[in-house]
Amino acid sequence: MPPVRDALSDTSREYAIVRARLIASATLIVVLLATLVYRYYDLQVSHYAQYLTQSDNNRIRIQTVAPRRGLITDQKGRLLATNIPSYRLSVVIEEVASLDQLLQDIGSIVELDADDVEDFKNRRGRRRPYEPVALKFGLSDVDMAKLGVNLHRLDGAVIEAQLTRHYPEAELLSHVVGYVARISERDLENIDADAYRGTSHIGKVGLEREYEAALHGQLGFQQVETNAHGQILRTIENEAPSNGLDIQLYLDLDLQRVATQALGSQRGAVVALDPRTGGVLAMVSNPGYDSNLFVNGISTADYAALRDSPDAPLFNRVVQGQYPPGSTVKPMIALGALEQGYATPEDTVPDPGWYQLPGEPRRYRDWILRIRGTGHAPEVDMRMAIAESCDVYYYDLARRMGIDNVALSLRPFGLGQSTSIDTTAEQSGLLPDTAWKQRRYQQSWYPGETLSAGIGQGYMLATPLQLAQAVSVLANRGDSFEPSLVKRLGAASVRGTQRARVEASPDHWAAVIAAMMDVVHTPRGTAAAIGRNLPYTIAGKTGTSQVISIAQDAVYDEAEIAERHRNHGWFIAFAPVDRPRIAIAVLAENGGGSSAAYPVARAVMDAWLAEGDGDV
Amino acid sequence: MSETARFLSDTDRDFTRRASVAQVLHIDLWLLLPILAVMFAGLWVLYSASDADWDTVLRHLRNQIIAFVAMLIVARFRPDTVRRLGPMAFASVVLLLVLVPLVGVGAKGAQRWLSLGFIRFQPSELMKLAMPVMVAWWLTRKALPPRFGAVMVAFALVMAPSALIAIQPDLGTSLLIAASGLFVVFVAGIPWRFIATVAAVALASLWPAWQYLLKDYQRQRVLTLLNPEADRLGAGWNIIQSKTAIGSGGWGGKGWLEGTQSHLDFLPESQTDFIIAVLAEEFGFVGVLLLLTMYLVIIVRGLLISLNAQSAFGRLLAAALTLTFFVYVFVNMGMVAGILPVVGVPLPLISFGGTSMVTLMVGFGLLMAISTERRMLSR
Repeated sequence: MPPVRDALSDTSREYAIVRARLIASATLIVVLLATLVYRYYDLQVSHYAQYLTQSDNNRIRIQTVAPRRGLITDQKGRLLATNIPSYRLSVVIEEVASLDQLLQDIGSIVELDADDVEDFKNRRGRRRPYEPVALKFGLSDVDMAKLGVNLHRLDGAVIEAQLTRHYPEAELLSHVVGYVARISERDLENIDADAYRGTSHIGKVGLEREYEAALHGQLGFQQVETNAHGQILRTIENEAPSNGLDIQLYLDLDLQRVATQALGSQRGAVVALDPRTGGVLAMVSNPGYDSNLFVNGISTADYAALRDSPDAPLFNRVVQGQYPPGSTVKPMIALGALEQGYATPEDTVPDPGWYQLPGEPRRYRDWILRIRGTGHAPEVDMRMAIAESCDVYYYDLARRMGIDNVALSLRPFGLGQSTSIDTTAEQSGLLPDTAWKQRRYQQSWYPGETLSAGIGQGYMLATPLQLAQAVSVLANRGDSFEPSLVKRLGAASVRGTQRARVEASPDHWAAVIAAMMDVVHTPRGTAAAIGRNLPYTIAGKTGTSQVISIAQDAVYDEAEIAERHRNHGWFIAFAPVDRPRIAIAVLAENGGGSSAAYPVARAVMDAWLAEGDGDV
Repeated sequence: MSETARFLSDTDRDFTRRASVAQVLHIDLWLLLPILAVMFAGLWVLYSASDADWDTVLRHLRNQIIAFVAMLIVARFRPDTVRRLGPMAFASVVLLLVLVPLVGVGAKGAQRWLSLGFIRFQPSELMKLAMPVMVAWWLTRKALPPRFGAVMVAFALVMAPSALIAIQPDLGTSLLIAASGLFVVFVAGIPWRFIATVAAVALASLWPAWQYLLKDYQRQRVLTLLNPEADRLGAGWNIIQSKTAIGSGGWGGKGWLEGTQSHLDFLPESQTDFIIAVLAEEFGFVGVLLLLTMYLVIIVRGLLISLNAQSAFGRLLAAALTLTFFVYVFVNMGMVAGILPVVGVPLPLISFGGTSMVTLMVGFGLLMAISTERRMLSR
């Protein structure tokens, strides 16, 4: 039976193969087991003393060392945000016999509200063994004294020193610096929780939020040895945290103060830029608030008061406030018209004080009509139209250009787009054109709307910052920078990002700027009031934007209109004209008109230029 | 087995004296005794590791009993039955693995579980058994040593499920399962030069695999192994603490329930993957040696069962199961002692965890089935 024999011989051959392989495997197993035995021998016998000390001596703990948050200073190095020592009560869970009992005991000594306990329980979930868990922040001297006396009977409770954020000029800079507050559950979803171990606060608004990553720094740790009661015997190893980067701003604290004082009780905004860099020299949104309130948890009552105040102190008007820009857009439209060939400096428009679209009965009024009963002059040219802010000239110009060309003139100056400034919550304003209206309302554009747009009314909206940026482009005769608050980040200087240049012929720039000088420097200029005794030259433009629309032929009577329905006043300007060192936009919310705005600009420019500031 | 053989086998039984209990139950005593000893030791260590938590210990005991019964049942199978069921079992488990990414449930960023409502299980655990059975079935269809083509098919059988498990992602389990299949191929007698070539290719592909295949956390584990001090707060913490626990045990250990590392919560995963550190801390080097001795008895017995198996299939399967068992021991004890990367491998027969316990004991059931198969031919 040959097949059987084959099978038998195969079987014995297979047996031999497997046996050889099993012997090889057994050899390998012996070698590897010997390795294991050697390893355990090495750990347990050769290095026994070392590991015994480590485990016994005892209980090495890792403590996190929070990095110091970066400081924020103005351009002269004055502190705007700093860190001051404060104390907090924490609990080492491992050393507590009964947590409920301990919380009850602590609660009988110092005030513990439900939020504190709730937050404590949340924090408890993410800790390492023996890591103290914060219970109450910002202990007062009285709390410290009471706790100090009782600490010996509160097993597990410890008082920890920490640095807390402090804003020396809180109200003055609330909208620039913003604030930090305790890390919330929502924040935790967006950050690396390990990197924030040991850090209790995080930037919520403004620069504090925008530059959170740089300001926060990197966590350090200490390896410490403690005795059985958890007291630290010595530090074995220390890896210092790398502190957050300090931030230096372009902002000048004195100028900020001047701007704030000049506004006084006027609600509104002031933003001053250095046209050569885009650096923000002053940024005021009035009213502000005390940012220190937020650091250790603002009380419900305080927060409600801020939130519900009709003056909207939490609202940063400079970047969040969107208002019709009014006549401040006239110089930019003029430049566009010159470049696009819709006007020359010599062309004139007859001005009876009102304007009618061909074939329409409605009269579009010029603001001068209610004052003089007639127009600015029988014939108005571009220069007069800017200097005296003639609406009729712009009604006519806008009608001839059409809305899309008006928009084309304004867009390069940054209207309708966010400026990319380095802070939070910026709004982008609105620069309407036919395509936008079709998209937004599925409607075609009406000719009457073009007239409104020609004087910066209607759908058009701009933030004070956008207008400051636009006027700094005028100051630079076309060169344009993104506005920026931060000048230096740690050791590195932050260069202003250049935007696309606004191209126009030098003659056209000169024509527009000359007209803007007339606004201040000629008796009939709309801001002639600030032109007296000026030691330098200003080129500016006033603006008034309607809050409510006035019916046809109705008369706007300031006295009869509720304060919150009064017009907003605008003034944008730069100075000195031949070598601009400051560009500014001022908004006087419900200020009635530009006369509430231009004195503020004058005060800020006086302060900046008189002291020789801005000379680099 | 032929009809004749089965007949011979049955008549043979009639003429022998009354069978012992072990024979009736198809139990291999030399395998059973060390297994019971290790399991018993496991209860004591777990009692300490769980801080004297009776609930945990009783659940562990329940798992042990379930696993033991499973072993007894499987031990009654005839190896040939296992062989014939192999392909079907393998195909079913592969299907389950395909289902995991589609309808599976996840934990900690990996999707490894299937849920039947009343029970959740990892199909990858089933693959630990199905893999060696399948490869052994495939290679013993023809005489050994296998031809080149057959080996290539075997590799494909190994790679497909391993890849499915690797993408869950569970690289550690995937490698161990691949190993269990490759052991069969090895024992079946592929030429050494072939093994050398494969090893060379594997070594050469290490760098690309490191760069493109491994996920960040997997790279982190390897880096942590090389230098645990670099990341003391994070991944290095586990290794530093487990080494401290082991080292501070010394020759005789700190005594049962006296381990400070584990009882003060310094030791992570002290009931599961890192339980050997508790044993080493409390029972010292002597305890570790005793445990290793018992493991060695199990392994030697397993290899002998393989050597004396009645069929090529039984030989290959027994060898692969034994080698896989050894790898689990080695990888677990190596990783806790800081000479291997931390992969999720429990310490066989000791770590808390029902699924792995059952899988392991079913594996021993197969070994016993092979061991107690009646001898058909004397050599």
